Amino acid sequence: MGIIRSALTSRVVRSLTSPNSIDDYLQQVHPMLAAENVRARVVEVRRETGEASTVVMRTNGVWKGFLPGQHVQFGVEVDGTRRIRVFSVSSARPAKGRSRTFSVSVKAHPDGYVSQFLHKELTPGTIVYLSQAEGEFVLPREVPSSLLLVSGGSGVTPVMSMLRTLRATGHSGDVTFLHYARSRDDEMFTDELDEIAGSTSMRVVRVYTRQPTPDAELQGRFHVDHLKHLGIDPVDTLTYVCGPAGLIATVRDTYGELGAAEQLRQEYFKVPSVDVDAADATGTLVFDTTLVEAPNTGATILEQAEAAGLQPDFGCRMGVCNTCAVKKNSGAVRHVVSGEISADTDETIKICVQVPVGDVNIAL
Amino acid sequence: MPITLRWSKKAPIKPHSASKHNAAPLTLINPFTDKPATVGLDHMTYEQLEEFGIELDAVRQRVLDDIGQKDADYIRRVIKAQRAAEILGRIGIFMPFFPPAFIAGIVLLGLAKILDNMEIGHNVMHGQYDWMNDPMVDGARYEWDNMADAKDWKHGHNYIHHTYTNIHGMDRDIGYNLLRIDPDQPWYGTHRFNLPMAFVLMMFFEWGVMYHGIELDQYLQGKISKADFQGRKKRAMRKIRRQVTKDYIAWPLVGLALVPFVGWWAPLAILGANVVANIIRNIWTFLIIFCGHFPADVATFAEEDAQNENRGQWYYRQILGSANISGHAPFHVLTGNLSYQIEHHLFPDIPARRYPEVAEDVKRLCKEYDLPYHTGRLSKQLVSVAGQLAKYGAKPSDPYKVGNSPESKALRRAKREEAARRATALSETQLTS
Repeated sequence: MGIIRSALTSRVVRSLTSPNSIDDYLQQVHPMLAAENVRARVVEVRRETGEASTVVMRTNGVWKGFLPGQHVQFGVEVDGTRRIRVFSVSSARPAKGRSRTFSVSVKAHPDGYVSQFLHKELTPGTIVYLSQAEGEFVLPREVPSSLLLVSGGSGVTPVMSMLRTLRATGHSGDVTFLHYARSRDDEMFTDELDEIAGSTSMRVVRVYTRQPTPDAELQGRFHVDHLKHLGIDPVDTLTYVCGPAGLIATVRDTYGELGAAEQLRQEYFKVPSVDVDAADATGTLVFDTTLVEAPNTGATILEQAEAAGLQPDFGCRMGVCNTCAVKKNSGAVRHVVSGEISADTDETIKICVQVPVGDVNIAL
Repeated sequence: MPITLRWSKKAPIKPHSASKHNAAPLTLINPFTDKPATVGLDHMTYEQLEEFGIELDAVRQRVLDDIGQKDADYIRRVIKAQRAAEILGRIGIFMPFFPPAFIAGIVLLGLAKILDNMEIGHNVMHGQYDWMNDPMVDGARYEWDNMADAKDWKHGHNYIHHTYTNIHGMDRDIGYNLLRIDPDQPWYGTHRFNLPMAFVLMMFFEWGVMYHGIELDQYLQGKISKADFQGRKKRAMRKIRRQVTKDYIAWPLVGLALVPFVGWWAPLAILGANVVANIIRNIWTFLIIFCGHFPADVATFAEEDAQNENRGQWYYRQILGSANISGHAPFHVLTGNLSYQIEHHLFPDIPARRYPEVAEDVKRLCKEYDLPYHTGRLSKQLVSVAGQLAKYGAKPSDPYKVGNSPESKALRRAKREEAARRATALSETQLTS
């Protein structure tokens, strides 16, 4: 299939189908048939908790596979509109060869249109539109002998993929999985985690912050004492953390204080909500192409553009897919995740994760 | 949230939608005066025009609120039919030894190009299906099977033509800088050949559209920068290379495989079939576009009359500046529903399949406000267009209508000086205030 695919995407074929691509024709035959576009068919939708679901999919041959910890752009069509969000892969990486089956796990947010749809309405057989797996939050080729995986809430998904892969490959090093959930009912993969805890050498520690179990080893939110209690020395433990911004900030500060920042890999599972009352909600946001301007409300530029009646392109809305990237003509913007402020003129920015600081002029 | 236009002086109306490839409808502003536009005032009062604008806005909003799955299904069905026609057409022209299949192949390929250019390309590039968020029908990404590069076509069509519709000196689509189709266009000697030139344009229409998008005239008048002009030239050359390679080189080369079975002439037959299919499309698109804008009863406007127009005036200008073509449902699909040219000009960004339903409201409102609603069969509109070309090709007796008469030159000079004087006066008042 590889030879056929590279022939179909070659310049010769392209010159015969121009201005279309070969996929524009193949998809008319069957939606899964493609040389370049990753598509998948939903095999199963499994309820994990009252609010979270796992979607198992089988892709077409374009899928190149994934590394544990990566995410994928997931597009599903609802009422004629394709909605794209980014979800972490939660399944184990197959031991060898390329498998076309994998899963993502998603917690339904109260106002998350796509996640609610996935949880309540998605049925097996539906075709979904994917990207290749992407992201740097992955295990190294050689997993070190000491590994700590920390997650909070639905940030468990990429870490679960790592845990499952380590288990499937029979990894023999020290692995500690430290997970924070509100309660046992609110926790995804509960049965499997129980089973891993009981049947492997991997250490699985779960902390229920709102409804702690009486005999719990640890209590409350993440604290440096939790590491001490578990006997983990951050300086020589490769650590992955994924979860809400608060958890990541605490872990990052702790590792920074202990001089172990280099050991930490982090991933946000959603963009931190913007503090709308922040002092930088001043000035005017000018959309230069459409000649519209609006007072800066302190929300992201994408949200402000939509509020002003514009329809900019967007994909993941969390700074991953680059679909919303446009040129900023002038002004300073702050990245909602890193807090980094950038004031270069004529730079291209992802408007879904940038908040204007004072007057900003955008080529929209 | 208050949204204001960026100009220091406020426009009477705000832009409707503001996706990057469809700036219409923007209003024309006269920076020197607040005097409202006079467009439509001979038909109704300024207040009635405002009311008229509100009523049409409501029609548009009602359709926008209803857009969904059925519109997505429709455009995908058209795309499926287009791809099928294209593939069957390409198979047909590979049977030059069997004339019925060969001829059917040419017709199907021509049909595929018509569907691609009209119902799919033109409408998708207006952003009518952007809400689907499907890369296949994304107005910003779509490229059509036509010599004209999508980006430059969108600027000239979506923005210039759809905003400044039928305003002399602003809408470059009045006669395409080639023909004299309206009495208010200046006459030049070349216009004696209006009809033969129109015929040649019809045969090579896609090349004409491509050339129009390079905007050589705008560059020579100093209205666009050299960098802009060179970018247009570069994109045009790239598109020409791709289109010519596909239709006139690559597919005939594939036809070499037929030589042992059919004879040396097989690649030439395939080349010829591609030429004919392109001409079929050229003739069709030319006819639809000319009959939508140039029949005798369509009005044109002067820039001064349209400055500071309100929404109703903008709509009024679109209605009087376009003409519909009546016909059956398949005919409308082949025109890309541009046979509903009036509705298209009122609402360029709603899916074109909605124009027939919108037309009922537009007709009702036109009746209510006693406005003309121009429509007619293709043959009738075509005769009217040909009559216009013949009539305005003749040299007018009024020297002010002749472009290079001493009278016209003096008038243009006076206007230029007046504009310069006003600009100086304005900058002086700003300095002193």
